[in-house]
Amino acid sequence: MHDFTYHHPNLLSDAAGLLGGKPEAKLLAGGMSLLPSLKLRLARYSDLVDLKAIADLQGIKRAGDAVVIGAMTRHAVVAASDVVKQAIPALAVLAGGIGDPLVRNRGTIGGSIANADPAADYPAGVLGLGATIITDRREIAGEDFFLGLFEVALEPGEIITAVRFPIPLRAGYAKLPHPASRFALVGVMVAKTRAGVRVAVTGAAATVFRLTQAEAALDADFSAAALDGIEVDAGEFSSDIHASAEYRAHAITVMAKRAIDAALR
Amino acid sequence: MPTVSITVNGELRSAEVEGRTLLVHFLRDHLRLTGTHVGCDTSQCGACTVHVDGVAIKSCSALAVACDGASVTTIEGLAVADQLHPMQQAFHENHGLQCGFCTPGMIMSAIDMVRRNGHDLDEHTIRTQLDGNICRCTGYHNIVRAVQAGAAAMRER
Repeated sequence: MHDFTYHHPNLLSDAAGLLGGKPEAKLLAGGMSLLPSLKLRLARYSDLVDLKAIADLQGIKRAGDAVVIGAMTRHAVVAASDVVKQAIPALAVLAGGIGDPLVRNRGTIGGSIANADPAADYPAGVLGLGATIITDRREIAGEDFFLGLFEVALEPGEIITAVRFPIPLRAGYAKLPHPASRFALVGVMVAKTRAGVRVAVTGAAATVFRLTQAEAALDADFSAAALDGIEVDAGEFSSDIHASAEYRAHAITVMAKRAIDAALR
Repeated sequence: MPTVSITVNGELRSAEVEGRTLLVHFLRDHLRLTGTHVGCDTSQCGACTVHVDGVAIKSCSALAVACDGASVTTIEGLAVADQLHPMQQAFHENHGLQCGFCTPGMIMSAIDMVRRNGHDLDEHTIRTQLDGNICRCTGYHNIVRAVQAGAAAMRER
């Protein structure tokens, strides 16, 4: 790992200030992806600005018909949260299946979505539940946030402060985890909302996406059987040593059905 | 270089470290607490598991400077005088190891599992919650038995 200067500001404004004018500076959240990438020398930064001491970025609260989760809230906290389990149990299930218990004790929601790993779980939660990303400058709809492989709509120096999840009528999450890393080979969030059904898929392609043909079928009939005739085109999907594109395409329907069953339980 | 002060196994320890120094290297190289092992060094295996402020994490994936002011417990900090921690005793009695390399991480992880899930742990819970710790010798059977027995014994302590 190349060395860097470490900062741990107490205030969000100080964190933003430390980033300003330093093109090679980077925010540190839980570090579960950042530190391994530094250790492998896939990345090099002049400064790391650790967000752990900023109290405003912590915590979970119910706000009307939504749940707001602070960016530095750790996966284990989301998974165990009574607020989340009561309002959006599928989100607690998702958080409780990320990585392993030691990763969940450290990794954060803000770090996960800012990193936008193509096989991360949270992007499916954000897009599937129609969440909004709140930053120190603005609000960004989940639809507009994930742009591509490890690419998101954040501007240089912009800091995620929280994620707001509207509470669905019902929702379910199911994933086929990679047997070693527990990243999603395919993960599917299915949510029935007042505005219609949303289906979001992670792990299969360069970035999370909505499965619109499944949404239409589920709008008509919210049951696993409604997906029986759905064809998923493997054309743009990832193919690697772990799973072929065709395998992932097949797994999407299987996981979507499991997610629906979970939502109906 | 920044100075860090970390309470390790109840004792305040300070050292000058580089920003990039990992917690595991602070423990092993600066404090010579070599019970915490480096297995994979890629955040997969869990051999480096320690408790930071009572919560188990992989010390190969945390910066020492980020733990400034924290309280860290390593495998060396579990026993009280000559008396092993109940989880250590359970690994001994159930022979929850072969080569022993993963054992410190397994025990630190198992104690955190009791914190999260309580003392009555069924086999399925133990196996799924040991996701973050890899053993290449045992096939896990005796480790699972040890965790179950150790969890129960921790209640009696």
